[in-house]
Amino acid sequence: MTLDSVGEVLASAWTVWAVLVFAVIMSWAWRPANRKRFEQDARIPLNDED
Amino acid sequence: MSSQAVVSADHRPAPRYVEDVIRAALVLTMFWGIVAFSAGVVIAAQLVWPQLSFDSEYLTFGRLRPLHTSAAIFAFGGTALIGTAFHVVQRTCRTRLFGGAPLGWFVLLGYQLFIVVAASGYLMGITQSKEYAEPEWYADLWLTIVWVAYLVAYLGTVLKREEPHIYVANWFYLAFIITIAMLHIVNNLAVPVSFAGTKSYGAWSGVQDAMIQWWYGHNAVGFFLTAAFLGMMYYYIPKAANRPIYSYRLSIVHFWSLVFLYIWAGPHHLHYTSLPDWAQTLGMVFSVMLWMPSWGGMINGLMTLSGAWDKLRTDPGLRFSVTAVGFYGMATFEGPVMSIKAVNSLSHYTDWTIGHVHSGALGWVAFIVFGTMYYLVPKMWNRPAMWSTRLIGWHYWIATIGIVLYITAMWVSGIMQGLMWRAYDELGFLQYSFVETVAAMHPFYVIRLLGGVFFLSGGLIMAYNMWRTVRGEPEAAADATRQAVAA
Repeated sequence: MTLDSVGEVLASAWTVWAVLVFAVIMSWAWRPANRKRFEQDARIPLNDED
Repeated sequence: MSSQAVVSADHRPAPRYVEDVIRAALVLTMFWGIVAFSAGVVIAAQLVWPQLSFDSEYLTFGRLRPLHTSAAIFAFGGTALIGTAFHVVQRTCRTRLFGGAPLGWFVLLGYQLFIVVAASGYLMGITQSKEYAEPEWYADLWLTIVWVAYLVAYLGTVLKREEPHIYVANWFYLAFIITIAMLHIVNNLAVPVSFAGTKSYGAWSGVQDAMIQWWYGHNAVGFFLTAAFLGMMYYYIPKAANRPIYSYRLSIVHFWSLVFLYIWAGPHHLHYTSLPDWAQTLGMVFSVMLWMPSWGGMINGLMTLSGAWDKLRTDPGLRFSVTAVGFYGMATFEGPVMSIKAVNSLSHYTDWTIGHVHSGALGWVAFIVFGTMYYLVPKMWNRPAMWSTRLIGWHYWIATIGIVLYITAMWVSGIMQGLMWRAYDELGFLQYSFVETVAAMHPFYVIRLLGGVFFLSGGLIMAYNMWRTVRGEPEAAADATRQAVAA
């Protein structure tokens, strides 16, 4: 196995890894259990009275 | 931790925020805005009447053009970002700026020094000749120091926050600060010829240099002109509309998809060059994919107004912000279209590109800054409102007409230019000489100049309104007069 071929495998794996991370973020964002906390988080700018 | 912090966040008195730095940043933003728009008008006039360079090397288009772009992007846009970043991070983290006022002042004033050093260098002909990365090595080194201080102040504030959650606007600002540091350092790696001299040679050469330059250049668009101002959108539109962002979940997906995709889009600046074909196609594909997060963000910004659209009639400041999001949607639709190689073969190197850049820079960046400032200036100086709401309305319409004149002129001029360049006669000869294409564009240069004058006039109206607001005239005297006239 040459260095080039290792590099190729790593580069392909990088794409797969990035897609997987993004899929996890998507499912975290749309998880029904998180709905309430995100609604609260969205109010952070409005909780600050000025 | 979280429940306790939420309770305390809602009932504890607000911390002593650093605000002097923000006030100074707002004034400087207005100043640089006028400088940038004026420089734009001057070089637009030079394209109409080339004799306006007066045969002076200091006033040639080649030296004034980077002065205009740097004044617009880095001076006007960058100063607005430093000021609003410090405001947003303190408010959403409910804590005083890390490093306090001294660090805040260092970042703001250090950045101003960078701008002055860089801009005066352009006029003297000192440049690296890299678009949007013209400053030479000594200015680049100084900016690196200032930028690291900016990161320390911002990240330090986020780390000592009282609010358990890091609000989404902070993610965008932070992505901007970190990515710009990375891009700036890598693209500007250079060896100075001497310690006393201004000249340096870049570390990169050939096609690698071109690729790194446009990796830098397009992500200056993606992270400076897009992500950072989206941070502004995610804080100031909810504040001005007094409604939470339409979908916080969408903002999470918007953020991550944007930062995952943007960094790959640079090669679309190098279509049909010696850059390998696969890299060009990669850049094109990622640019087209960017359409989705961009429009997701646009929908999120616009839908925040749902149920509150009536505010657009009464709050022209908010109208600026919402129109900005509309222009953001338009420019981020046009961009992916232009990155497609077949389209790019027509549009590249023509005025179409200039028009595209300005629908983003004037329509999105400048408008979101105007909307933010019309909200923030009265707040920071403790005034009930801007001195004159009517003048905000005038500014809005004059600037909007200016943009429309500018971009429509450049569409026609650019597409005509591209078509003329590629036209053949029946014998296979080029139908037009280059100078014929220049002459054909002349009327559109005049229209573009007119658009620029409109946009500058709007900026001057805003500066006047801001000055009266800061001076603290008796409450909105102009509005009272208007009501009296109407009655």
